Amino acid sequence: MTHGAATQSDRRNEAIDPSSAVVRFGADAPLALEGGGTLGPWAIAYQTYGTLNADRSNAILLCHALTGDQHVANENPVTGKPGWWETMVGPGKPFDTERFFIICSNVLGSCLGTTGPASINPDTGQAYALDFPVVTIRDMVNAQARLVDHFGIDTLFCVAGGSMGGMQVLEWAATYPQRVFAAMPIATAAKHTAQNIAFHEVGRQAVMADPDWRKGRYLEAGTRPEKGLAVARMAAHITYLSEQALHRKFGRNFQDRSAPTFSFDADFEVESYLRYQGRSFVERFDANSYLFLTRAMDYFDLAKDHGGVLARAFQNAKTRFCVVSFTSDWLFPTRDSRAIVHALNAAGASVSFVEIETDKGHDAFLLDVPELFKTTRGFIDSAARARGLPASGDSAL
Amino acid sequence: MSPITLTEDAASARVDLHNLAALVEAGSRVLDVGCGDGSLLRLLAEKRGVDARGIELSQSGVNECVAKGLSVIQGDADTDLVYYPDASFDYVILSQTLQAMRKPRDVIDHMLRIGRRAIVSFPNFGHWKIRLQILTTGRMPVTENLAYSWYETPNIHFCTINDFIDLCDEMGAQIEYASALDRFGMPVETRLPRLFWNLFGEQAVFVLSRKI
Repeated sequence: MTHGAATQSDRRNEAIDPSSAVVRFGADAPLALEGGGTLGPWAIAYQTYGTLNADRSNAILLCHALTGDQHVANENPVTGKPGWWETMVGPGKPFDTERFFIICSNVLGSCLGTTGPASINPDTGQAYALDFPVVTIRDMVNAQARLVDHFGIDTLFCVAGGSMGGMQVLEWAATYPQRVFAAMPIATAAKHTAQNIAFHEVGRQAVMADPDWRKGRYLEAGTRPEKGLAVARMAAHITYLSEQALHRKFGRNFQDRSAPTFSFDADFEVESYLRYQGRSFVERFDANSYLFLTRAMDYFDLAKDHGGVLARAFQNAKTRFCVVSFTSDWLFPTRDSRAIVHALNAAGASVSFVEIETDKGHDAFLLDVPELFKTTRGFIDSAARARGLPASGDSAL
Repeated sequence: MSPITLTEDAASARVDLHNLAALVEAGSRVLDVGCGDGSLLRLLAEKRGVDARGIELSQSGVNECVAKGLSVIQGDADTDLVYYPDASFDYVILSQTLQAMRKPRDVIDHMLRIGRRAIVSFPNFGHWKIRLQILTTGRMPVTENLAYSWYETPNIHFCTINDFIDLCDEMGAQIEYASALDRFGMPVETRLPRLFWNLFGEQAVFVLSRKI
């Protein structure tokens, strides 16, 4: 067994038998899917932090991005790295675990314990692979709603997330307006643009072009489309950064050498970095999940679901919104956030909008950006006061 | 709901903000265009129980507002008012910002469309000190309230109280209330004829509505 295969078996364990808590729904409680048909039995894996209060009014649902997972603020069982939003979630942090009950679940179609293409298809006893239904952002949200039901929570105090997580936030507000008191969509859009879809298609084609993909049946074949998935990740990773950030980090610096080798080695630091990003990604993520989740994002078009008018998605919304974008994000640029804000204005919703100055690109929502912390803290605290929940630093305000 | 306590910030808000706030019906819906750091919005929310929203151009201003818990969006009054539906607010306020608009008339037009009433306050370029400065120095006036040199001022569309009244007539806007203020934001003696307002008012406040 190679080292890679050992990691693969670890990952399969997380997909089928996750270390997270899981709610399992039997064939008698299937999930109806937007594309038609149902999924069942199915499972949803999640992490929680903090304590649910007596009237169940302090729950915050965090929605993860494309390749994220439910491990927001604990060591990741696959990578051993810190949680993906430890900057934002914890005692005294903007999403304060001492005051709020934080829930994050693995999205439908992913590979960390919620049902996805790496899960076992009860009809065949083998992984679903491409037999898994094409799920949508709304399906993900409906699955989360079942988890929220499971906790006996009627109204979530807040739903927040960035990128694909932000799409889920918007879908929550549109589909379950009565169940969302406050919503924070970050670095996201109400629809995927042609350019967004184009980048995803490059990634999918890279995976499918890898002979080890085996038309999706790589798990049974004992192979893994490592090269294809790594290329997909490398291309995608560029879109998460900005030109300025790449220049600041790498410039034209050489990697462990002082002159070009006149070969196709990773002469440049930026090449070496991308190769590393590709390699480490295939260690932790299922290739078929990548296909399904990118597809779900491509299909997202909230206005289309409401007669082509985005404002209708938020009609009579009582939810208070805080929309955040980043100046150097060219994947989900500020104009996408403005479109959301204009629709919310037109719907008469309560909305704040901040464009945060940073050169860190789309990934800024995951990074140490003090303005994001400040904005989140202000928004969450004021929403908490409006909801009759304790706010941090009431007096310091 | 937790009881609303007046913060120090709101209690010590400037006199002119209090005067503006007094023009707003308690419990109404207000949009403050160019809301800065949110001082007026906060005052309205805390003292008048107003559903207060804002638009502000600067990121630092917006961030301060959001940190204060106000619903404020980053945007440009000259371009973004178009996205607000008709009659969606009771009041739309433009406080000391009219002169910085690229198209002041269009902005007022939108304010009257979006709000039942528009409240506009602006520095009066007809004040005697300004007239005197131009007369005596032959140069663009620089005063305590208007402290910029002509080449760097954000104030690109000055007007006098008389000019503003003319514009209201032209636009078919009804003047429901008007007041000229001294440099401290206190009303100039209101029994004086308007000729005197235009001489002695450093600022003016108008409440407008659309003529029906």
